[in-house]
Parts: sequence; C-alpha cells; structure tokens
Amino acid sequence: MSTAEQFTSGAAPAADLSLAMYRDMATIRCFEEQVNELYRGAKMPGLAHLYNGEEAVAVGVCSALRRDDYITSTHRGHGHCLAKGADVALMFAELLGREPGYCRGKGGSMHIADHANGNLGANAIVGGSTGIATGAAFSAKRRGTDQVAVCFFGDGALGQGLLYEVMNMASLWRLPVIYVCENNLYNEYTHYLESTAGSILDRPKAFGIESREVDGQDVRAVHAVTSELVTRARNGEGPAFLLCNTYRYHGHHVGDVDRGYYRSKDEEQLWLSERDPLVLHGRWLREQGLADDDALRAIDDEVRAVVERGAAFALDAPFPEPGEVTEDVFA
Amino acid sequence: MSSPSVTAPEALREITLAQAINEALAEELRRDDTVFVIGEDVAEAGTPFKVLSGLVEEFGTERILDSPISEAGITGLGVGAAMTGMRPVVDIMFGDFLTLVMDQLANQAAKAHYMSGGKLRVPLVLRTTLGATRRSAAQHSQSLQAWVAHIPGLKVVLPSTPYDAKGLLKSAIRDDNPVVFIEDKMDWRVKGVVPVGEYLIPFGVADVKRAGDDVTLVGTSSMVSICLAAAEILAVEGISAEVVDPRTLSPLDTKALIDSAAKTGRAIVVDEGHRSYGVTAELAAVIAEGAFHHLDAPVRRLGALDVPVPFSPTLEDETVPTVELVAAAARELCGRA
Repeated sequence: MSTAEQFTSGAAPAADLSLAMYRDMATIRCFEEQVNELYRGAKMPGLAHLYNGEEAVAVGVCSALRRDDYITSTHRGHGHCLAKGADVALMFAELLGREPGYCRGKGGSMHIADHANGNLGANAIVGGSTGIATGAAFSAKRRGTDQVAVCFFGDGALGQGLLYEVMNMASLWRLPVIYVCENNLYNEYTHYLESTAGSILDRPKAFGIESREVDGQDVRAVHAVTSELVTRARNGEGPAFLLCNTYRYHGHHVGDVDRGYYRSKDEEQLWLSERDPLVLHGRWLREQGLADDDALRAIDDEVRAVVERGAAFALDAPFPEPGEVTEDVFA
Repeated sequence: MSSPSVTAPEALREITLAQAINEALAEELRRDDTVFVIGEDVAEAGTPFKVLSGLVEEFGTERILDSPISEAGITGLGVGAAMTGMRPVVDIMFGDFLTLVMDQLANQAAKAHYMSGGKLRVPLVLRTTLGATRRSAAQHSQSLQAWVAHIPGLKVVLPSTPYDAKGLLKSAIRDDNPVVFIEDKMDWRVKGVVPVGEYLIPFGVADVKRAGDDVTLVGTSSMVSICLAAAEILAVEGISAEVVDPRTLSPLDTKALIDSAAKTGRAIVVDEGHRSYGVTAELAAVIAEGAFHHLDAPVRRLGALDVPVPFSPTLEDETVPTVELVAAAARELCGRA
C-alpha cells in the first residue's frame, strides 16, 4: 500500500500558486536565517527551534487551506505561522519579546497565535495541541461551517497518548481534522526509529483514518495531497493523517550546534544538496518556464528586504511595560 | 425530580444539589446553542450518579455527548472547541481523574489567553467531584482542588448548597475563562431552597452561612455542612460561631474572610483536601496576613489526613475533618477546652 499512497507531484498547480509557494518557502527560509543571526548576536532572549529544511510541508499544506481554516502548531512553528499568513514584522517583534508582537511579548517563539488567520497557537508541549485541533474541527462541524483544522506535529508527538485519544474521537465523529506528521527523523536528539515501533501509518489506519504519505520536500506533492484531504474533510468524509517525510537542517534548537553524536555531517549534507525544497521547486519552475534565474533572484531579494525590514522594526520596537505582567491572566 | 407544580410558592421549592446542577445545565443549554456537554456516560446513562438524567432526551446526543474513556482527550477537545466559538462543559466523573487532564487544563486551557496576549479565549467548564467517605478508596475519593487553584488562569468553584450550585454553574458556563467546577459527591442528595426563576451568583463573593461573634469557621464544599453542624453544637455551649463559605477559591473573596476573622478574633479553616500545602494553608495565610492585629489566637487548619484515602470504613472515617473535630478546635481556640 505504501507506494500507492506515496504521492509525487501530479497535476501541476497554477502558475501563480507555484510562484507563491516558492515565495512563501523563501520567506520562511530567510526568516529562520535571520532568527539564527539574532540568536547568535545575543539579540533574542531564550531559544528558537528553526524550520529550515521543512518549508515545503508548511507551505504545501497551508496553501491548500482557506484563511478561516484552523491550524495548530508546534515548538518548531515559525514556518506554519508564516505559511498561514502571519506578518513577518509582528512575528519578529514577538520573538524579541516586544510590545507589538503577536502576543504582546507574553508568548515568544513557542507560543505565537494568530487567531485572525486561523492559527490557534504554537505549543511547547509535544503533542499538546492535538486536542485543540480536534476540538476546533468538532466546533466547525457543530457550528455547521465547512472549515477544517490542520494539526501539525512532529515525529516526537507519536509517543504521546493524547494523539491516539483524539484520533479515535475524530474518526468516531468524522471530524474535519487533518493530522500532519512532520517526520524530520529526530525526536529532539534521538532518531525516531529508536522511539517508534511498527509502522507510523498503521497507527491512524487502526482508527479507520484515511492515511497518506508524501515527500515532504516536494511542495507541489504536499499541496496536491492536502487539497484532496481538505476536500474530503469539507465534504464530511472525516479526518485524515498525512505523513510528511522531511528533514531539519539545524539542530533541535538554535543552540544545538554539535550534532555529531546523533547524526552525521554526511547525512545533513545529503539532504541539503539533494533534497532541498527550495532548490527542487526552483528547478521545476525554471524547467516549466514559469520563472528564470532572474525572476527567482528577484523573489529572493524581495523576501530578504521584507525580512530585514521586519527584524529592524522589531529591534526598534518597545518592550512591554512591566505593569502588563498581570494583564490577560483572565479574559 | 422536583414536582413540576407551579402552584407551590417559589420560596418553598426544595430540590437536591444534583437537581440544581441538572437545571443549571438545562437552562444554559436552552439559552445558548454553543453550550454542549461531553463526558463518559453523560447521555442515556445520565452519569453513573444520574445527575444529568433527562438532558439527552431534551437536547439530543449532538449536545449531550457520550465520549470514550479519554479524559485528556475530551478536555483537549473542549479547549479547542472553546477557542473556536463553543462553550463546552466537560464532565470528569471523579476528581481523582484531574491527574489525567492536567496538561490540557494547566498548560493549555489556563495559559492560552495569557500566552496569546489576550487573543485566544477558552470558555470551558470542567465539572468534576471531590470527597471521601463513599468507601471508594484511594483513587476515587480525593479532593484535589488545591492542584487547580494553584494555576493562574483557572477559576475554581466549590458549591456547598443547591442554591449556590445552580447560580454558580450558570455563571461558570457564561464565563469566558476555563472554570473547574467541583461538586461533593456526598452533597448531591442534599436538599435546599432554590428559586424557580433564573439567577446567577458572581464569582469571588463569599457567603456567610451563619453569623456569629466568637469564632470564624471557614468551610469549603463538603466542609460547610460540617462547620454548620459544629456551630449548632457550639451554640448550645455558648460559643457563637460564624460560618463563611468562600464558594470560589479562584477568585477568592479575601476581604470576607479577613473581615469575619477580624470581627470574631479567631478563625478555623476547614477543607477536605490534604492538609499539607493545601487550600487550608492558603486560606489561613490570607487571614493571618490580613487580620493579624485582630486575632486572639493563631489560625487553625483542619484538612484530610496526609495519607491516601483508605477503603475500610474504620480507617477512612479517620481521614476527614468531622463535626466533633471542628467543635473541639473551636472550644480550644476560645479557651473552653
């Protein structure tokens, strides 16, 4: 079954969507590189978990969603947030703990929520948002809308019981939720094969959930399979599970720089040189005649300018007043 | 169930605490289409305690939803539904199972509003229970209100009468915050006067259940009736006890506790949770800090023994504060021991 379920780029998406997906992936890549610089320059409090390498998953999935569809995200959530429509400058402001940030400096990197774009929040508890996404799907169905909810989580969340409790309910009640597992191979510093018994897809299948696997470095393939699963969910055909095979270029977080004890430089180099989602999609755009080198470079430059402006805005933005610490405990 | 007769004067209508809960839910389900109840055996069974009997007949299985035995899952689902326009009432059969929902409650529900800088709201009610002496042993008898009251972002409600239970539950369902509503299993059959018409009881307002001058007895939930019974005994002995019920632990009506203790000069706090690091410690500290210069004696605390709740009746009865223990503490505090 697994080869039949392995989606590859099928029908080509429209030209403008293809270019938009490139731009969105480039934005995430550039944003994350800037975050790493801010960290290394000691300008960012705390830590961040970078999404470089996994861009095609967030962009492929979110480009198949409407603005009013919901997502829940993870500690490695910048990519999901941007792909769902968040503003670069307001995200930087939150990462730096500044007043104009998405959470007025109360959330930081691991808790950005952007309700206006359907983002119900990143979550620093592994698997912690699986209930929230399932509840949002329950709510959509109960309110009679055709919204869907996407639950992003990593291979590490496969170890959490909550996921299985809510997948059971999602299947029982045919909820419009899509569980998107980003398998970047590592549960923090441990290879997923050391922590994950049996077949990943057999788990959702046991609940009778439509289960697919896709090359998570192929943004068009991710978009195509997600579109299909979203249509199913909107039509009341129930939940789905999408396993996206991908790779995390950086360490678990920005400070995880000596990684030799859990993965090899050769492995990292192989993904970077052979499987980079931006390179792969850029090559395809050129082959299709949708963009030439100059056009792609123009997008890269434009994106870089947006990111640099956003970071500058955040660095200049004020911190919250200390007195705000007691605000928003209760609604 | 109470008689549907409309000829009885309102003031004379008495219903049980379970019926008061049932009425509050029914009224809010009727009033607001976004309210729904989810839990194990809440529908046709009406819970093992029959507290929810009749609701599924009126509101259907879409709104009175039997769930798998997945406490964390239904609480998480409730958080997501609450963030997106619904008002879930999650039924957690025994308070002991709070341990199973704690991440969803403490890390998700309680923090979403704050972490999002005020953008997300979680109008969720989690109904559960407390209390020993049902011979249910260590995993079905705990009173874990201190666990949830410790977490900023959660409101914690402990009704002690049918009247309070109904008015507080209706307020809980309309609140835009996560509310943990804890009922004493032994109180479900207790009857009390409840008006027929609609009313709400605001959070953070304590109720003086009995006025007195010599000693303040602060009781929560199951311990309010214990304090009232002790006050009866003390009255015969010439000690006038005031009984104060905070009704909500979060928010807490600190002024009412301090004012009463300042008036009587002596205070005993009684809660069925374990004594160590428990609710009584917090309430006693509030009184000690706020009424220190008016106190004639140190604040006394009575809570459950610091042991797992045992099964055998002779052992279990040793673990909880009793009327006689409260009365004895009051006599001692008043120099009548």
